[in-house]
Amino acid sequence: MFGDYSIGDLGAIFAMQGFAGLILFSVYVLMALGLAIIFGQMGVINMAHGEFMILGAYVTWMTSNAFQHFLPALFPGYFFVAMIFAFIASGSLGMLVEWAMIRRLYKRPLDTLLATWGLSLILQQAYRSVFGAREVGVELPDWMMGSWQATDAIQIPINGMFVMCLTILITLVVAYVLFLSRWGKQVRAVVQNRVMAGAVGINTEKVDRYTFGLGCGIAGVAGSAFTMIGSTGPTAGQLYIVDTFLVVVFGGAASLVGTIASAFTISQAQSTMEFFMSGSMAKVLTLLAIVAILMMRPQGLFALKVRK
Amino acid sequence: MIINSRFFNRSELIGFVSLLLLLVVILPLALDVFRLNLVAKYLTYAFVAIGLVLCWGYGGILSLGQGVFFGLGGYCMAMFLKLEASSVANTKIQSTPGIPDFMDWNQLTQLPFFWKPFQSFPFALAAIILVPAIFAFIIGAAMFKRRVGGVYFAIITQAVAAILTILIVGQQGYTGGINGITDLRTLHGWDIRTDHAKLILYFVEVFLLFVAILVAQFIRLTKLGRILVAMREQEDRVRFSGYSVANFKIFAFCAAAVFAAVGGALFTLEVGFMSPSFVGIVPSIEMVIYTAVGGRLSIFGAVYGTILVNFAKTSLSETFPQLWLFGLGALFIAVVLAFPNGLAGIWGDYVQPRIDRLLASRTKKSGNGGLVANGAPAE
Amino acid sequence: MLIGHQPKEFLLAVEALTVSFDGFKAVNDLSFYVEENEIRVIIGPNGAGKTTVLDLICGKTKATSGSIQFRGKELTKLRENEIVKAGVGRKFQTPSVFEDLSVFENLEISFPRGRTVFGSLTFQRDSVVKDRVEEVAEMIFLKDRLKTSAAELSHGQKQWLEIGMLLIQNPDLLMLDEPVAGMSVSERAKTAELLNRIIKDRSVLVIEHDMKFVEDIAHKVTVLHQGQILSEGTMERVKNDPKVVEVYLGH
Repeated sequence: MFGDYSIGDLGAIFAMQGFAGLILFSVYVLMALGLAIIFGQMGVINMAHGEFMILGAYVTWMTSNAFQHFLPALFPGYFFVAMIFAFIASGSLGMLVEWAMIRRLYKRPLDTLLATWGLSLILQQAYRSVFGAREVGVELPDWMMGSWQATDAIQIPINGMFVMCLTILITLVVAYVLFLSRWGKQVRAVVQNRVMAGAVGINTEKVDRYTFGLGCGIAGVAGSAFTMIGSTGPTAGQLYIVDTFLVVVFGGAASLVGTIASAFTISQAQSTMEFFMSGSMAKVLTLLAIVAILMMRPQGLFALKVRK
Repeated sequence: MIINSRFFNRSELIGFVSLLLLLVVILPLALDVFRLNLVAKYLTYAFVAIGLVLCWGYGGILSLGQGVFFGLGGYCMAMFLKLEASSVANTKIQSTPGIPDFMDWNQLTQLPFFWKPFQSFPFALAAIILVPAIFAFIIGAAMFKRRVGGVYFAIITQAVAAILTILIVGQQGYTGGINGITDLRTLHGWDIRTDHAKLILYFVEVFLLFVAILVAQFIRLTKLGRILVAMREQEDRVRFSGYSVANFKIFAFCAAAVFAAVGGALFTLEVGFMSPSFVGIVPSIEMVIYTAVGGRLSIFGAVYGTILVNFAKTSLSETFPQLWLFGLGALFIAVVLAFPNGLAGIWGDYVQPRIDRLLASRTKKSGNGGLVANGAPAE
Repeated sequence: MLIGHQPKEFLLAVEALTVSFDGFKAVNDLSFYVEENEIRVIIGPNGAGKTTVLDLICGKTKATSGSIQFRGKELTKLRENEIVKAGVGRKFQTPSVFEDLSVFENLEISFPRGRTVFGSLTFQRDSVVKDRVEEVAEMIFLKDRLKTSAAELSHGQKQWLEIGMLLIQNPDLLMLDEPVAGMSVSERAKTAELLNRIIKDRSVLVIEHDMKFVEDIAHKVTVLHQGQILSEGTMERVKNDPKVVEVYLGH
């Protein structure tokens, strides 16, 4: 299948597909970060994670519209405001859901999967009722349009680069929060030994609620980023949920580095293959490869061997 | 049929008899053929639900990919029926007569090799059971031998459902693509679209459903059934009692796959087509919902749950299409949060004890009456 | 070396056994030998690797290197259920019984027949099974509770039930991890009596902290410390070993 291309062509193809893959990578990482916190740290399978992302996307869309109508002068900067709104909206919904539902299910991980699936159905229908079944797209400010001509053959879209930088920034913040801040220590203490953490004075309920909220909030930010590369519809989130779970599981559920590495591998593999075959076959091959690798290494790519 | 107090306990006997009455007498008398055919469609999912009771309720193995097996069974049946419908005489307007229409549209000029054996009905029947069983065996062996379980297993089965759907949709020429395999007409020359045929198919299906119920009940009552329960609770203890846990999980998963496949094959017969929309992630989870609503530990509960949820789905989505997803979502959350054992749990915890108390007080009264009656002549 | 000279003397020969978890050696170059009908007690401070040794023998944990020979069979290469079939039974530290099943069903599952998928589908609850279950139930003081669900038993009764489940397997080597932990004084006495009865005709490997209990039953004691043997011999000898007094018995 490489026969028809010269070496130079191939190089350019790989580079461009690589960048296309990087945008997919950004969405995967942002989705997976939130999921890795919720699943890896709390053991909760949040099937409604995609819907939390889409909430962020709708909030971004509304913010964009509001800026266009009321503050057209500030429109170029709307995205930063939208991101914060998206984080707050998805995060607070997440905390509400944790309080109403998740906290009753910590001992039954498979049941969290089923209950959050029910939640995702409700959210999808809610979006459909409020925003309509049609997909909506946000208008990008001028500075994000166009692309940067790196070489003759390679073009890199600016919004893509922006999303990537954003992803790196958010990842660093999450890493800081989880591994260096006092609050992150509390989260990990609760994960490792809930009873003991409670005994040394950590408010485990509060930690749970904020952790879940943080995970959902990041999903909201992922939704903001998502609006730049795709249009938002009520069921768009569902398309990503299985992929994202595979990213998290493939990387080793509790490892942040693993999540990023696996998001990178999966998105690059898929986007490179997409150039040479139909998108659906690329997807099938990627998923098959992940499933096969998971069968050989069920604990994921990055997991510690521990004494059980 | 062996129905004694040992094979069914009292509430199971009530479930069995009332289901028999409902499906064999009440529904056929009360509903027209169109509605009865809808019930037949619901009942095909009941096969899946029964399999899930064994695999998920008893074995604790949550499969989110039952649509895969439902679909494999359904497609095996559909391939046979499609070939019968695509005789040279029926398809002479095509550029290649004698092959299914969608192949012709996709510029295929001959039947793909894996379609050829499906010209034989016995082969198709065997494939309905064997293809899903072998596929489940491969997945199960690969996962359970490596101790992949619980949440990871659920996610991977979901991925398998996604893979198969994308593959079926993507390979139009071989599978009929997103539309599926449609326009199925006859089974050995017998037109399956007439009202009379639908009535007969309904009773065939009900018969097979009761066979499935009895088989599942048999498995549940053997030592294997108890090992499944034991495994769900203390996997290590089972292992260190000398059992290969993986083999038992593989068995449960394969059994559930076969139940689902039989349901799928019947679905194709009842509805007259098969498409990838019954294979993917969403239908697979819906099948789990039926089981959860009915009661994951009760075979009869699962059947009733399937019928009820589907009935609600049809009537709600006909009248209030928007409310349906809210209702389904809320139902699911409510069941998981408040009634983990579903309708069967509600029956066992609330209804049954009340009936018992009612019956007990009545026997007491009649017992007293007896005493008085006995005492009277002595006066 | 030893095994080369007298290959048939030992029921269990553990040689140069090592397991490391990401560099941490929980068991380090450990060798010890258990004879037929011997009662061996393993003691040692927390984290000495006692439970890990049992995990390694029964196959729950895979050894990094070294060998475990049981009646001439290399256990490190077998799967858990094959090790059980070879004749090794294991009781866990926390009672692990099947709470959703009755006492009878718990014991029945451990009965060594019909252990394959097909075998368990065709398994019949015949008089042999019933008699054996009742016999064992009597030994573990649960004869009148056969129909009770295991969830309703007290902590001590669950420990007995698990011991009963091992008994019904009739293993040649019985491994018990802290069998009297968490028991009341009267339960403890009953358990000692039970153990004294069931250890006849088989070898037993026990982990225990209760020194009085150890003195009562042990033929030989092995003291583990940091994954290695600190001392080994009769209780009398071990008790007076200054190294043991320092790391374990002293406080």
